[in-house]
Amino acid sequence: MTGPREIEIVGDLSRLPTSASGARHLVWWGNIGFMLIEGTGFALAAAAYLYLMTQAPAWPPRGDALPGLLWSGLFTAGLLLSALPNLWVLRCARNKDVAGVRRGVLAMAVIGLILLVPRGFEFAHLGVPWHRDAYGSVIWLLLVLHTTHVITDWADTVVIGTWLFTHEVGDDQFADVEDNSNYWTFVVVCWLPVYVLIYWAPRAV
Amino acid sequence: MIADLERVPQLDATWRDAPGLWGFLTTVDHKRIAARYVVTALLLMFLAGMLALDMRWQLSTAENTRMGPQLYNESFSLHGSTMLFLVSVPLMEAMALWLVPLMLGTRNMAFPRLGAFSFWLYLGGVLTLWLAHAADVTPDLGWFEYPPLSGPAYSPGHRADIWAQMITFTEVAALAASVNVAATILKMRPPGMTLARMPVFLWAMLIASIMTILSMPAIMLVTSMLIADRLVSTHFFSPAGGGDALLFQHLFWFFGHPEVYIIFIPATGFVSAIVETFSRRPLFGHNAIVLSIMAIGALAFGLWVHHMFAVGLPRLGNDFYTAASMAIALPAGMQIFCWIATIWSGRPRLDTPMLWVVGFLATFVIGGLSGIMTASAALDLQLTDTYFVVAHFHYVLVGGAMFPLFGAFCYWYPKATGRLLSERLGRIAFWLIVGGFNLGFAPMHLLGLLGMPRRVYTYPAGLGWETLNQVATAGSAIAVAGGLVFVGNALWSYWRGRVSGPDPWGGSTLEWASASPTPAWNLPYTPRVDSLTPMWRDGPLRVMEGLALDRREVLVTSVADAAPLYRQKSAPPSIAPLLAALATTAMFIGSIFTPWAIVAGALPIGAALTAWFWPTRPRAGAAEAKA
Amino acid sequence: MKRLLRVSLLCVFVSGCGGIQSPLAPAGDQAAALHGLLLLMVAVCGVIYLLVLGGLAWSLWRRRPAAAGDNEPSDAALGRGLGVTAGVIVAGLTVLIVGSFLADRALFATRAQPAMEVRVTGHQWWWRIEYRDAAGRWIETANELHLPLGRTTRVLLGSADVIHSFWVPNVAGKIDMIPGRRNLLDLTPRRAGWYRGQCAEFCGAQHAHMALDVKVEDATTFDSWLAEQGRPAAAPAGPRAAQGAAVFAGPCGICHAVRGTPAAGRAGPDLTHLASRRSIAAGTLPMSRGGLQGWIAQPQALKPGTSMPAVPLRPADADALSSYLTTLR
Repeated sequence: MTGPREIEIVGDLSRLPTSASGARHLVWWGNIGFMLIEGTGFALAAAAYLYLMTQAPAWPPRGDALPGLLWSGLFTAGLLLSALPNLWVLRCARNKDVAGVRRGVLAMAVIGLILLVPRGFEFAHLGVPWHRDAYGSVIWLLLVLHTTHVITDWADTVVIGTWLFTHEVGDDQFADVEDNSNYWTFVVVCWLPVYVLIYWAPRAV
Repeated sequence: MIADLERVPQLDATWRDAPGLWGFLTTVDHKRIAARYVVTALLLMFLAGMLALDMRWQLSTAENTRMGPQLYNESFSLHGSTMLFLVSVPLMEAMALWLVPLMLGTRNMAFPRLGAFSFWLYLGGVLTLWLAHAADVTPDLGWFEYPPLSGPAYSPGHRADIWAQMITFTEVAALAASVNVAATILKMRPPGMTLARMPVFLWAMLIASIMTILSMPAIMLVTSMLIADRLVSTHFFSPAGGGDALLFQHLFWFFGHPEVYIIFIPATGFVSAIVETFSRRPLFGHNAIVLSIMAIGALAFGLWVHHMFAVGLPRLGNDFYTAASMAIALPAGMQIFCWIATIWSGRPRLDTPMLWVVGFLATFVIGGLSGIMTASAALDLQLTDTYFVVAHFHYVLVGGAMFPLFGAFCYWYPKATGRLLSERLGRIAFWLIVGGFNLGFAPMHLLGLLGMPRRVYTYPAGLGWETLNQVATAGSAIAVAGGLVFVGNALWSYWRGRVSGPDPWGGSTLEWASASPTPAWNLPYTPRVDSLTPMWRDGPLRVMEGLALDRREVLVTSVADAAPLYRQKSAPPSIAPLLAALATTAMFIGSIFTPWAIVAGALPIGAALTAWFWPTRPRAGAAEAKA
Repeated sequence: MKRLLRVSLLCVFVSGCGGIQSPLAPAGDQAAALHGLLLLMVAVCGVIYLLVLGGLAWSLWRRRPAAAGDNEPSDAALGRGLGVTAGVIVAGLTVLIVGSFLADRALFATRAQPAMEVRVTGHQWWWRIEYRDAAGRWIETANELHLPLGRTTRVLLGSADVIHSFWVPNVAGKIDMIPGRRNLLDLTPRRAGWYRGQCAEFCGAQHAHMALDVKVEDATTFDSWLAEQGRPAAAPAGPRAAQGAAVFAGPCGICHAVRGTPAAGRAGPDLTHLASRRSIAAGTLPMSRGGLQGWIAQPQALKPGTSMPAVPLRPADADALSSYLTTLR
């Protein structure tokens, strides 16, 4: 029942492929949308940090210790290094290398888990509890926000990894691995300004 | 030729939902989901209208005792929060969910299960606010709850938490819907619908979605900070702990101002569609309108400070925000000129949808002009937080967004139901609503200029406010009566209305190519487009075949030229979105009481999401054994 | 009907019959600048509205040729119309933006000059008012602001709890009172008389009952008023007032101060010269002995949610208390 309107068939879509990679893929755009949302969230949290910093007479307020550089440094170095295997996984996914993505995703799951260790110590060495003052509140906010992203992407990696090792891998799964890998890059990129704000802004002012 | 009739049963079998309750809970059909949104939001609009009428009753005389302060404060808080967060924005999303795939001639949204998830989560937000109200834990601090009043020291109990968490619900739902709409419009346009051939409606929905994506994180962040201040004693907004009360206002209005345009811009899409069809000529100034919408969208992010002129910010900033706020009159005025020019040079027909456009123009322009007045940093010091502002934003939101929405409802009702609304009842409803609204809200301008502040539950006699308040109350009552006629018309016509056929108005865009009511699979073929008004092309509708009939498949095209790229599997019905929404609801509600709910709630959400995205493919062992 | 309302709106503007809490009846320099701006805005916006309505009506009901044909206007002609429209809008906006800037400058014209300072602090739901006299002493009162005619008074705005907003529309526009911040507002009244201000930022349950009486009076009257306010309360005259003072010293003095007596509470308004004021409880009731009796007996019925508790008193004590309070002139 199409109604009375006549139609004229002017083309055939059946020869088109059933998947694509990169920006041609639909899900890539969904992923970008969510990164945009979360990126805006990071930017606004950073803006809140800077706003409170400009309003405060001293930053950090008198009596608050500066955040520790050791564990955060280890975490930052580890996170930056993880970009390399991550890019390797991305290449395997683009080349549709089944063995490569299986191994790579497993490696990324292990790396994510290891990174959570220095992250835990970072919290312990922030130097101020969140409930002492607005400075404490906002650095905890930034760190919690980023940690949520690390954990989310790590969980996603584990689920994808589980699936990859138990099932036959097809084009859609390569696209999934690609998206997950892009998301990790996003998590790495977001950390850098957050790291500067939490650890270096109080030392610079 | 006409469509091959054999494909219809095949498409039916592929795209059908399971029967009964299970089908209801698992459906991913964008039309069913959108219809739910619309029905829920209209029901809430009715409840919010009743609250408004009750408040008007209270204010109809000085020192009235119908309401005490607590009930009145709850009423305006519930009214505002419901209308802004649970009615206006969701209704616009619902219209996008329902119409975007139809106007693109595609079978479903880009992410069908995400659409279902949006609705269930939105419903969670609705129930949170209104069940809390039933349990007498009603938020009572307005639709923006400024700290320190909303902080732990001045608002013990959970009223403020309910408000903050209701927002988290609706914003997550709105963000998910926006990503869905944007991806659908960018990647699922029919072959030939380049960006230049995209109707204004789709541009409006795309830009509103992008604005949502860029603005709503602000309110999620700020309400989370408020909950943290209340629940775990952070100090974001408490001056004693080094926080700043104004930080809340900056973040709130960074969202709150674009929010107004997120509501208004889709309405410009409705108006453009209706004006084109009922003027019987292609929209004049298509490019000018699209550029205006973009300009409004961009400017909207630079205006938030004009809600804060009275907080005592540096003067230089005030001057800048005055100029920027007034500048928005330019693109808005260009749009209005283009619509009127289209009507002028067309052959207009005044059916009810078009009548609503006329009502929109006559009413909204008043709201726009009073907006220019409040945009002045100096004059705003006399206008803000008075009834002048109450009048202003009702003219903008009701006149500027709800009237077009009612027009859109009349316009697309036959597409959704297969029946036309009664024109006679429609006209009665139109005059009652538009007349009652103007009678109700025009006097409020004057009340504000006579010094009546907003959000007062009572006022003394002798300040010259009684008569105007009585007129306002009478006007609201008339408008509510009109609303009842409107709803009665919709119900009556659903069963008794004239059968419409697929294209009762001679519409210009692709949604009129589908049958009315539209089957689950929308169009039997993929349309091929070569103009802005494909339905007005002489001769047969040009289509392409080749999408699978035996499995759910949609066409993905390129962003700029809509060139076909590949055939994408479209997700079948699933219970996972509902389960994920339930798990998220449990976490949100729990986090009102303890922060540990976030940790405990993560696992069930993760499980539901895993079920949602778990692909269906053979086990690895089986496949490799075969190979 | 809408036209009728617009016409009546214009009448009000022209006649300026705004009342004692209205931007339409300016009684000071700041309010006058804003009133002028308002008139400019209404005029420009009114013309634009009529143009739009006229254009809309013309487009709907103009005579059209019987068949769609040659003498229809081209899109190019409409495009020129669009250009003209943009020009008109830009011109109108320019006028309004310049007008707005000029009014804004007028509001701040007195900022560089020295002026008498008054501290006004918002409380849920009343106003603490402190004048600085010539000797630099702070003189406290509440809920009633007196301003000298023709002189500029600088109001220092703050809040003790939540955000309030100081608004006396006949004299000036509103400025928020924000905890942790200090805002300034200059007032230069030009017309003597009583005016009414009201809190303009929602501040909780009794936002509606947070009004402020404002009296603009000539400088000599003002000076003697301020001197009077600076004095401690007179000793109770007669046995009934003395009994009332004794009652007051008990429960009332915990929250209220009466200078010159042991009552020195800071939580509520200073009552040293309570009876000299025009109203009770931030504009909730007119000042009278009966009003005081009612307020003391049933504060929660008259202003539900107020911090003022209903203190159980024997009838004789309540009577003596209200007698005493009426002597605090």
